[in-house]
Amino acid sequence: MITLTHYLVLSSILFVIGLTGVIRRKNLLMLFFSTEIMLNAVNVGFAAISYFYNDLTGQMFSFFIIAVAASEVAVGLGLLVLWYKKGGSINLETLQKMKG
Amino acid sequence: MEAVAFYLFSILTIGMFLVVVLSKNALYAMSALAAGMILISGFFFMLNADFLGVVQIIVYTGAVMALYAFGMMFLDSTKDIKENNKDQKIVYTLSIVSAILLVGIVLAPFIGHNLLLDAPLSDPNIAGANNPQAVGVVLFTKYLVPFELAAVMLLVAMIAGIILVGKKMDDSITMQVDAQIEKEEFHVGEEKK
Repeated sequence: MITLTHYLVLSSILFVIGLTGVIRRKNLLMLFFSTEIMLNAVNVGFAAISYFYNDLTGQMFSFFIIAVAASEVAVGLGLLVLWYKKGGSINLETLQKMKG
Repeated sequence: MEAVAFYLFSILTIGMFLVVVLSKNALYAMSALAAGMILISGFFFMLNADFLGVVQIIVYTGAVMALYAFGMMFLDSTKDIKENNKDQKIVYTLSIVSAILLVGIVLAPFIGHNLLLDAPLSDPNIAGANNPQAVGVVLFTKYLVPFELAAVMLLVAMIAGIILVGKKMDDSITMQVDAQIEKEEFHVGEEKK
């Protein structure tokens, strides 16, 4: 029997994988991938709660999260390409120009 | 049956996402991410969220991953990603501590009893409808304003993407092609004379 707890634990495991990626990665594109993983993990949690509480609100939140993720990718990738044109690299280390 | 599907999807999804996080090759990471997205939609179908599962496949593996693929074409992704992590120990300690904390936070209220509420759907409009119908009814009544705001947000994001990447849009490509054709026609005409 699969309960809500199973889904929530899965969701947190996926979220932590994404978090590990955000902490560990130095490449900006990989950082975007990790944020996608985190958003997806939250979506799984919302869908599970929506199912077990018999309420559609969770699914609605998932839809809006997907919309936010899509626009985040559009803007983020635009900025990334712009940064690559300017600096020739998408490494996080090169972003540390603004050290005081 | 449900348990088998759940554990299968869980293991596959976690494996795929671990590949995304740990792989050195950007192409492997992207392919694994696409596979993980599709596997996640399997959870949505298991949870009776059919519409959400379809949207997940279309938006993530269709749109988002295609966008990333285009981005990676631009960013020369064939070579391995060089990452110099000086403090591996700190990174892993932080990851493990945050993992334990998060799982603990989520698990804490349910350790005593598994929540299995069986409240009926409160809205009479969506009582007997299947999932996409119910989603449609709720989305266009209760969540109409957020829906419209999401539409505006997507429009803003689209314009932002165009403006950010297409800086040299003042000289349009079609105009250049037209000019080239005119030039060639002119040359052909000169030769005939």
